[in-house]
Amino acid sequence: MEIGAFTFVDVALSGGVRPAQRIPELIEEIVLADEVGLDVFGVGEHHHPGFAAPAPAVLLAAAAARTSRIRLTSAVTVLSSDDPVRVFEQFATVDLLSQGRAEVMAGRGAFLDSFRLFGYELADYDKLFDEKLRLLQKLSTGGPVTWSGRFRAPLNGEVVLPRPVQEPLPVWVGVGGSPNSVIRAAALGLPMALGAVGGLVAQYAPLADLYRQALEQYGQSPQPVAMTLHGFVADTSQKAADVYFPADAELHNIAGAEHGVPRVTPADIAAKNGPGSTYAVGSPQQVIDKLLHHHEVLGHQRTMLQLAVGSVPHRDIMRAIELLGTEVAPVVRAEVSRRTSDATETVGAAQ
Amino acid sequence: MTTTGPIRTIGIFGAGKSGIAIARQALAAGYNVRITTSGPAERTALVAAILTPGAIAVDGQHLADGTDLVVLAVPLRAWRELPLALLAGRIVVDVMNYWPPADGILPEFETGRPSSEIVRDGLPPDARLVKTVNHIGYHEIEELARPAGSPDRVALAVAGDDTGAVALVSQFIDDLGFDAVAVGGLAASAVLQPGSAIFGANLGRDDMLAAIETAGQRS
Repeated sequence: MEIGAFTFVDVALSGGVRPAQRIPELIEEIVLADEVGLDVFGVGEHHHPGFAAPAPAVLLAAAAARTSRIRLTSAVTVLSSDDPVRVFEQFATVDLLSQGRAEVMAGRGAFLDSFRLFGYELADYDKLFDEKLRLLQKLSTGGPVTWSGRFRAPLNGEVVLPRPVQEPLPVWVGVGGSPNSVIRAAALGLPMALGAVGGLVAQYAPLADLYRQALEQYGQSPQPVAMTLHGFVADTSQKAADVYFPADAELHNIAGAEHGVPRVTPADIAAKNGPGSTYAVGSPQQVIDKLLHHHEVLGHQRTMLQLAVGSVPHRDIMRAIELLGTEVAPVVRAEVSRRTSDATETVGAAQ
Repeated sequence: MTTTGPIRTIGIFGAGKSGIAIARQALAAGYNVRITTSGPAERTALVAAILTPGAIAVDGQHLADGTDLVVLAVPLRAWRELPLALLAGRIVVDVMNYWPPADGILPEFETGRPSSEIVRDGLPPDARLVKTVNHIGYHEIEELARPAGSPDRVALAVAGDDTGAVALVSQFIDDLGFDAVAVGGLAASAVLQPGSAIFGANLGRDDMLAAIETAGQRS
């Protein structure tokens, strides 16, 4: 099991942190994540005043220069409103900077700001993504590309450079729960990151099953599944609650006001953290128990916690990363690998 | 479980997040479920087999065959692409939202009228449209469903011009695991829409009635 963190680089809420302060802090957080042995760090593209990550590849490039082991991914790249050629060029460059640690997680995007900003039609929401994902996959495997589609100029035997260290450059598909998106990822043989934004983890299990069965039906080899979730770790459950729930509620209320949904209190968010839920907010032991429960239900290979939702102080994020890397991850990895080898032995014994 | 009313078979246009959640609850309550997607037949079949075991995957042209109720659970921007003529004479449940922050601007819904009135006007005249379920999050449908009489049972508002259809849909909602609260005709269905006091609020029956009354006094 790979364990990591991701962020949208939250800023500017209730007079909060300015981007000029937040971005250098972010780089320190990724450096710490590398030092404490987390497997992956993600930065999610948004074009919204609440977040300072419209350009994940630039942030990941800075992190690449300061880290040595951790994998660096977008979470997600809003591919629908971007040019796959440009996305490939940028992430291939991050891959060279990091000596083979870059990944793209491509998604359709949940916020619509980038469609407005770059002049795309929402009527084409899914068609844009479908076409661009196929092109990005083609580019990631290298060689001269000949391609034509509806949404960008054709390519006629173009070799798109630079060639990354990793061949192919890893491309994951970020899925928000739409069955069609799950099947698309499987049909293309691309690994899937399942955005488990709330509710019970058991509700997401059928989607993981759907993905695995679809891989088989489309003749693709097994691929890893990642779960992305809201989570936070502090020394005590009280501290985790005090830091995490008010910030999540604040962001919910700011985004909610734009979306016409009622206000929530920190207690409402805390209620989402109950047994069996996707939320993993608590002490190291509580988060260990939660992540292991998730694995029992989903059988996934990577788990990524969105550590800051809303404005969480840098020192609390640093402590969360430290605890996640030093106390949570080793226990979860060991238990999952024990489970996996038990399962293998059982299969062996049955034969 | 067994169904409690005369509705036995439902059809669902759209095997997306909300369509799937409604199908699963309906199957658990003992309904026969037919479901369709805009994608190729083998994909619809795979989705149904794994996500809604027991549901029958069909193409859109045959979705309504033999159904007592048809649910529209597609993105609102795609609703006019449905084979709407097949809905003649049927009870139709609109669980869709006009929600510009999530779906962008759709000019035909920019009139200020409740979106369900505009949908009704696009259906055959004898279709009986009821709006409900739209104001609960898709991933909360299965989580919040409770048996009748549970103290923490959430209510779903139901709006429609045909009182007979509203009664039948209310029974269906009850079987899905929610208290049904009739709030009037489609002209009153703005109280279910994004930005209203009950949208996304997951209220029990009494709190919902109070919220709607308070909102009515304010406007």
